Amino acid sequence: MNVLFILIPVSVILGGLGLCAFLWTLKSGQYDDPQGASARVLLDDDAPPESRP
Amino acid sequence: MSAIAACPGCVVAPAIAQTAPHSGPPDLVLSLPAIHCATCINTVERSLRALPQVRSARVNLSLKRVSIHASDLDAEQAVAALDRAGIEAHPLDQSLLESRQDDIGRGLLIRLAIAGFAMMNVMLFSVAIWSGASDATRALFHLISAVITLPAVLFCGQPFFANGMRAVRRGGLNMDVPISLAILLAAGMSLYEVLNGGHHAYFDAALSLTFFLLVGRYLDHRTRSSVHSAAKELAALEVQTAQRIHGTGVERVAVGLLRVGDTVLVPTGMRVPVDGVLNSAAAQADRSFLTGESAAVALTLGDVVQAGEINLGAPFEMTATAVGEDTTLRRVAALVEMAENSRNSYTNLADRAARIYAPMVHLLALAAFVGWVAYDGDLRHALNVAVAVLIITCPCALGLAVPAVATTAIARLFDMGFLVKSGTALERLAEVDMAVFDKTGTLTRQGKPAPLAELPVQEAAIAGALAQASAHPVAQAILAALPVHTPAELADVTEVAGQGMQGEIDGVTVRLGRGEWLGAAFSGTGLRIGSAPAVPLAVTETPREGAADTLAWLSSQGITPQILSGDQQAIVQAFAARLGVQSACGDVSAPQKHDRLAQLQAQGHRVLMVGDGLNDTAALALAHASVAPSSALDASRNAADVVMLREGLDRFPLLIVIARALTRLSRQNFAIAAGYNAIAIPVALLGYATPLLAAIAMSASSLTVLANAMRVKYVK
Repeated sequence: MNVLFILIPVSVILGGLGLCAFLWTLKSGQYDDPQGASARVLLDDDAPPESRP
Repeated sequence: MSAIAACPGCVVAPAIAQTAPHSGPPDLVLSLPAIHCATCINTVERSLRALPQVRSARVNLSLKRVSIHASDLDAEQAVAALDRAGIEAHPLDQSLLESRQDDIGRGLLIRLAIAGFAMMNVMLFSVAIWSGASDATRALFHLISAVITLPAVLFCGQPFFANGMRAVRRGGLNMDVPISLAILLAAGMSLYEVLNGGHHAYFDAALSLTFFLLVGRYLDHRTRSSVHSAAKELAALEVQTAQRIHGTGVERVAVGLLRVGDTVLVPTGMRVPVDGVLNSAAAQADRSFLTGESAAVALTLGDVVQAGEINLGAPFEMTATAVGEDTTLRRVAALVEMAENSRNSYTNLADRAARIYAPMVHLLALAAFVGWVAYDGDLRHALNVAVAVLIITCPCALGLAVPAVATTAIARLFDMGFLVKSGTALERLAEVDMAVFDKTGTLTRQGKPAPLAELPVQEAAIAGALAQASAHPVAQAILAALPVHTPAELADVTEVAGQGMQGEIDGVTVRLGRGEWLGAAFSGTGLRIGSAPAVPLAVTETPREGAADTLAWLSSQGITPQILSGDQQAIVQAFAARLGVQSACGDVSAPQKHDRLAQLQAQGHRVLMVGDGLNDTAALALAHASVAPSSALDASRNAADVVMLREGLDRFPLLIVIARALTRLSRQNFAIAAGYNAIAIPVALLGYATPLLAAIAMSASSLTVLANAMRVKYVK
């Protein structure tokens, strides 16, 4: 059962990474326009990135 | 569900909002009610970026808006550019839009994420315990669960604690009191059990309770904020500027800055910004917002003009006599707001359910506790049972039942071009059994006349040439209705003020204008070539797309349609006959409309009012539910529950269908939640509840309810 002492911290840390990733997506505004994001995938727009705020 | 409010934990959100990558606020925001796909995004962004002044343009499809960073770009220019590309756009007044990020929503999402993370980890340990971990392993797992659960619950549960505390301080009960009690007691009692070597711990239950309730709370918040932002968006749609004559020049100022005594220039086709008296010799105004009658009113020097009238003639000057809150328009709007307050007493489904549910949960838990103490005298066991009852009865599914359906329904309606402004609007819409329509501007489209195809080519070419030379709305309407021909070449085209246009072709005088002026027997607009008799050019009103189908559908659904209009009886009757409506009344003044509606409601009808004019506002506010087109005056839009952003009426039936589905699915959800409780509560009361059973009952009921709510996406 000693393997638990490694596995438990590993699982908690991995979960924590997922949590941090979610909080990052949240604060970088990736949920501001969910419908737009799904539609933009279809655009092959070559506009330079600086023209998008 | 009770109202949510800012909680102490939300202070984490602003820090995050600041770091969001935005290069300053946009210079211009336009509302794009009709966009729906990737091609639309592309068209909008390309046609805007093609303008030299535009630095960047970014569409937000979810909000149906485009934010433009530009130097020196008028809203009109941008709207015109989009119009050429075939996209409907309206400028939005930015000062009225929410400039702040949605802090409360983000705070809830952060809590939701943390609760979800903690729940997953604790559930992992719980599964190990349920499948047979014992002794030291179980103690260790319980301990780790406690370390994860306690801080998570204390942080994530704050919205409930704060709300529950507020209710208790006021001496009342709301849903948040049993929720807070269940979360805190479950976590606290489990900690006590773990420290004393007990077998049962409800850490996972405390967390999943928090998680599911936060989902419900977040959805509820989304509904509220979309309703709230709908109201904001409407206010922002009316960019109110006026042209003030200032010494020698004209300056554009916000209507709010106008003062009594200012001289204002009202260009052709614009609304009069304030009440005042006419300075110009003559003018023509459309007063239909006030009277419902579409004929123009002729005004002379010194006549009173009221805010909201539309200038149909040449630009005129006026001196302001009443501004801001003192204008007739505002006073009517204020009356409407008072009338609206009475409708706010409508209790929605969720609140009605909560009112019964909250006391019942407490009584059950208390009864379980007292019962078990009396039965075996074991306080610890009795407390265990009481906590299990609290957890199982806790309104997880109930908290999700309405918000999940409402968010989905409102989002779908927004996609179809309906702005829902009131939280209870859809529930009220579902109950109507009679629909009263206004005619002008509601069932008809303004400025889209039926084509005048029967006119001979030569005459059409002359009429086109004359109409082209005038900015008068009637002339523009005729021009739009004429078949496409090359206009005739005319000489000496002049405008005869208040009468019409005059020109010469091959030495023959041609005139387009009022019937009296042409010496004709009819009173409408006509065309006269030389000494030949005048030909009437009757520009008839076109119904909005889908109007007839909508009215027929309403009848088939047991909703009786009716037309009440301020226009002349004969016109209204003819129009109603064209649309197949049996009951139609013309010459109805604004107070009469209100009284008619009051009378219908007194007879037990639940009336849906659809209208756009100021003469409809009182009726809109009084009706059980109300809808206004976006072309309506802001007073009417404020009074209405739902605003149609699209031109056509063809989606109107779906509005009713979705409203009915919302009520039906919410009821089903309550039934599902109650069904689960009916099974789980007796088990909990008898003391057989285990953490496993609590977890299954809770998750299963919440997921079923959520899945059922999604069905509102597919009703037709």
